[in-house]
Amino acid sequence: MVKNMNKALLSKPSGLVEQALKVNKQTTTEDALNIDYTATVGQPNCQNAKFSTQNVNVYYANNQAIHDVSLDIGAHEVIALIGPSGCGKSTYLRCLNRMNDTIDICRVEGQILLDQENIYHQKQDPVLLRARVGMVFQKPNPFPKSIYDNVAYGPRIHGLTSNKAELDELVEASLIKAGLFQEVKDRLQAPGTGLSGGQQQRLCIARTIAVQPEVILMDEPASALDPIATAKIEELINELKENFTIVIVTHSMQQAARVSQRTAYFHMGRLIEVGDTNQIFTNPAHELTEKYITGRFG
Amino acid sequence: MKISALIILLLVFAAFSYFMAKQKITTAYRQRQQKTKILTLPKYFGYVAALCSLLPALIVMLLLQLIEEPYINSEISNYLTHYEHSSDNDLGLYLNEIKSADTADKVAALSAEKQQVYHRYHEIETTTKRTHTTIVLSIAVLFVIWGMRKINTDTPARKVFEKIIEGLLLLAASIAIMTTVGIVFSVLFESTRFFGEVPVLSFMLGTEWSPQTAIRADQVGSSAAFGAVPLFIGTMLISFIALLVSVPLGLMSAIYLSEYASHSVRSVAKPILEILAGIPTVVYGFFAALTVAPWIRGLGESIGLSVASESALAAGLVMGIMIIPFVSSLSDDVLSAVPQSLKEGSLGLGATHSETIIKVLIPAALPGIVGGVLLAASRAIGETMIVVMAAGLAANLTVNPLEAVTTVTVQIVTLLTGDQEFDSAKTLAAFALGLMLFVTTLVLNVIALHVVRKYREQYE
Repeated sequence: MVKNMNKALLSKPSGLVEQALKVNKQTTTEDALNIDYTATVGQPNCQNAKFSTQNVNVYYANNQAIHDVSLDIGAHEVIALIGPSGCGKSTYLRCLNRMNDTIDICRVEGQILLDQENIYHQKQDPVLLRARVGMVFQKPNPFPKSIYDNVAYGPRIHGLTSNKAELDELVEASLIKAGLFQEVKDRLQAPGTGLSGGQQQRLCIARTIAVQPEVILMDEPASALDPIATAKIEELINELKENFTIVIVTHSMQQAARVSQRTAYFHMGRLIEVGDTNQIFTNPAHELTEKYITGRFG
Repeated sequence: MKISALIILLLVFAAFSYFMAKQKITTAYRQRQQKTKILTLPKYFGYVAALCSLLPALIVMLLLQLIEEPYINSEISNYLTHYEHSSDNDLGLYLNEIKSADTADKVAALSAEKQQVYHRYHEIETTTKRTHTTIVLSIAVLFVIWGMRKINTDTPARKVFEKIIEGLLLLAASIAIMTTVGIVFSVLFESTRFFGEVPVLSFMLGTEWSPQTAIRADQVGSSAAFGAVPLFIGTMLISFIALLVSVPLGLMSAIYLSEYASHSVRSVAKPILEILAGIPTVVYGFFAALTVAPWIRGLGESIGLSVASESALAAGLVMGIMIIPFVSSLSDDVLSAVPQSLKEGSLGLGATHSETIIKVLIPAALPGIVGGVLLAASRAIGETMIVVMAAGLAANLTVNPLEAVTTVTVQIVTLLTGDQEFDSAKTLAAFALGLMLFVTTLVLNVIALHVVRKYREQYE
């Protein structure tokens, strides 16, 4: 029990708080280095924006984790958020489905529009928002229930199906879309926690798409997986972009290059540069971006 | 020599050998040529030497202690045969009289013959004790010397030390187990004596409980009735009411504390809740008897029900309040221990906070919650004071919570308080009740364990 408690303490969101505190410390060194930052370089806006965020500031108590980030996320695109540890990319991601609400000391300022509606508006129900904006976490976190119940969890909560047959169909379809059905079709009643790490993560993706969200947020979805499982997840992301808008935070620049159309580079809580993935990785406009992608820090 | 002085002396020996051995090894290390290899720390040799001098002497001392008394008794009775005294039965009494003469006055009050025995007794006692001290001390000294000579840098001191620690831990664990076994057997033996007098079936299935036997045969109640059913029904009824109060309240307050309460509220509310567990049950008892029971009676009469002034309901309600912290505190701990990632996973799918709690957190925390409820249940079943004061002593066979009932534990207390002969069915009944109670709680535990194993959702 103690072990688990420790894990609970170490896992997010407290991890995020620590990161935020780290950011604050680093800010002083940044000032010392006198790194040049005036505004985001590149094209933060797009034509058919699904999400449109303006001047987002996030604070953990008195520490500012994100400074004035303005970024559009286009419909049906895969956008990768990259940057060194503690740069605020996860915090930014968690603003998009108001997951930061679960952290008491977290405060979000600025405007975040989903389909032109402010998701931080008083009347907005974060529960409905999270049904529209699904999330896949860094560590696979299947519920300690059967594979079937894991996928059926969301549809049952939201009453998406009216009878057992429809639910069966939806579960099967979600598992097929997540590329897991062939592997688990004979043991749908087996516990989800008994699967391998990669399978668990695909189960979590199946669970997310079963709710039929419009956007899927992925917080380093492959960082706890081996290369083969990672390849499968990346393949899956490429298929999913047909139906969903995907925002993915990743530490692997190769992964960002492989799966995304646009890439945003975060540094010390600021959005430094955003642009086509090709351009960012071949011809970065900002000095910091170049340093990061060539591996001089991060 | 007194035992305490002997033990202190042994400890001094142990400390001495610790330092000697440590010194010896340190010196040996210093004289080594190569200095590279990692060495066993000298203190481990010290520990081993100390334990080597202490343990054998202690064991011998304990054994001698055990045989000392029988030995002295047999010696003195051998001596007494010269006086052509006493059958076996009287011997004990006779010896007791002599042994209890601890002041000069008492000795003077003894008869001349007994005084002689008294002096002989003390003679034997003194020599025996002196011999024992000598044996123990010489064993200690021998082992200290032997240990000093034997110990060298090749002694696997760390390994030996680990083994000794393991043995100590095993000893600690087995003491708890042995005590349990001991209690079970003592209850079991007394119970078999009881069941020799009262048939098992009439005890377990009988519906009348009146353990008092009249002195004269022509009085009312000339034969006692030992039907335990009313007592068990009473126990179940009161525990059920108590759990009915404490499980929902406790679980809900645990959920509030672990999930909804802010940090400051939690840091105040949780200790206050836990204080409930610290209130003496006597205090709960008179609260139940003087405040709750009359209140319930008044309430019942105002709606036209007849309520006994001591009722199962009053006792059950107060007991329920008393055991809330057992449920809430443990449940709170296990709920907080469920990984944050599971909670976020559920919230991320658009589940509300309460849906997350009901469908994810509680199933994952179920074993701990059931554990808390079980603890509460065993407290409720074993609780005596509140029932004595608030539910009465009358062994009514009823499931009506508005009537007076009594419980197993209360009857055990009434059977054993005061001056009692220890071979009547009335007194022995207490042991039989204790046994039944023990078996009941054991069965409950096994069932609960089974339920938990079947329904729990293991998150790692």
